[in-house]
Amino acid sequence: MKLITHNMLMSPGTRNGFPLAIEVESLEEVEADFNPEFIARMVEKLDYPALLQTVASLSVVEGTLPPQVPEKYAEDEEFLKALHHVLLEVEIVEGSLVCPETARKFPIKEGIPSML
Amino acid sequence: MSMSHRSRPEEQAPPDVFYNQAEAEKYLHNSRMIEVQAQMAERALEMLCLPEDESALLLDVGCGTGLSGEALEEYGHTWVGVDISRDMLGVAQRREVEGDLVHQDMGLGMPFRQGVFDGAISISAVQWLCYSDRNEHVPRLRLHRFFQSLYKCLRRGARAVLQFYPQDAEQLQLITASAMRAGFGGGLVVDFPHSSKAKKYFLVLLAGLPDEGFSMPQALGEEIAATQVQQTAAVNMERKQHAKRQIDRRPGKRSSKGVTKDREWIMKKKHSQRRQGKEVCNDSKYSGRKRSKVRF
Ligand SMILES: C[S@@+](CC[C@H](N)C(=O)[O-])C[C@H]1O[C@@H](n2cnc3c(N)ncnc32)[C@H](O)[C@@H]1O
Repeated sequence: MKLITHNMLMSPGTRNGFPLAIEVESLEEVEADFNPEFIARMVEKLDYPALLQTVASLSVVEGTLPPQVPEKYAEDEEFLKALHHVLLEVEIVEGSLVCPETARKFPIKEGIPSML
Repeated sequence: MSMSHRSRPEEQAPPDVFYNQAEAEKYLHNSRMIEVQAQMAERALEMLCLPEDESALLLDVGCGTGLSGEALEEYGHTWVGVDISRDMLGVAQRREVEGDLVHQDMGLGMPFRQGVFDGAISISAVQWLCYSDRNEHVPRLRLHRFFQSLYKCLRRGARAVLQFYPQDAEQLQLITASAMRAGFGGGLVVDFPHSSKAKKYFLVLLAGLPDEGFSMPQALGEEIAATQVQQTAAVNMERKQHAKRQIDRRPGKRSSKGVTKDREWIMKKKHSQRRQGKEVCNDSKYSGRKRSKVRF
């Protein structure tokens, strides 16, 4: 599971089941093609504070994003590249997601979170 | 009646049981199944009418082995897939699809925040919600939870195009009415309505107000004036016959899996689709671009 998906994922059937805390057992960094337009469009959809919270909990990407989205983010290549890396190039392979509302745990196995 | 006499998989076993390892393997090797999934996904994508020249974030409900998702990838979109079968999702991983996969029962709702997806597709999955595999399964409630959560996670003005196989008129009504009750606009498009083999049902749904004037896509048929679009904005599904339409010839059969679709192939295909008057995304620099695969 990539962090872009994690930023969209919510504990089903809850009101405040977002963001899910990540307990990482194993993680991989992968490479994905950089599409600046796509990343810029994702900015509007992201819950940026939640993303910062997640990033702060993962040592591999900790501190790589600014505390606020830059004003002219669509032209800010450095920011878009950092965001690209965080969103698409970090794979959580094994671990769990923890619902902030109910504390329910959802396992991640072989990269697939199970929300059942 | 013994199991073997029942023709529909939905009547044989729950989806997570029916779509086991052996069934999932078929999606790796059976070229007919591969072709059908890809074709229907392409048709669904076409009816999403996404803004041209943009790569979108899409949801694939009942994504299975990722054949439908791969059709989305070919047009440069990023997708997230949801499926109840771990075996199907396992095959999707072996296929090294680019989409992220989430294990979930759609009858429990889509586990996503509000307004995040630019569109959703579903290929041959939604009819599974009409069956009650456990005592606590009430199809009406499961369908409602599904459509409500689908509506919620779509951006306002986004579409969902769901191809499904209703067992009978009752299921068709149940599914369509449930979508409308959840707030969706839109209705049913029936491709090839006069061919019992090729006939395909697509629910074309709109979440919220359309970006620009919403018009239902034209159905595909084999003969002139064969279009049959059922407008179901009113739940009673009145039929509306469209008199004239273009003759559609589906573009050449999709080449079998394993052949990489290069940019030239895609451009040629888009060109031929445009010539047939179909809605086709604009070409972008991402068209047909080889992108890196994520490996575990
Ligand atoms: C005909 S297959 C679709 C295959 C898929 N489009 C592909 O490209 O491989 C139908 C899929 O719907 C899934 N499905 C059925 N009921 C489901 C449910 N309640 N929740 C989630 N997925 C379900 C099945 O597991 C199966 O993978």
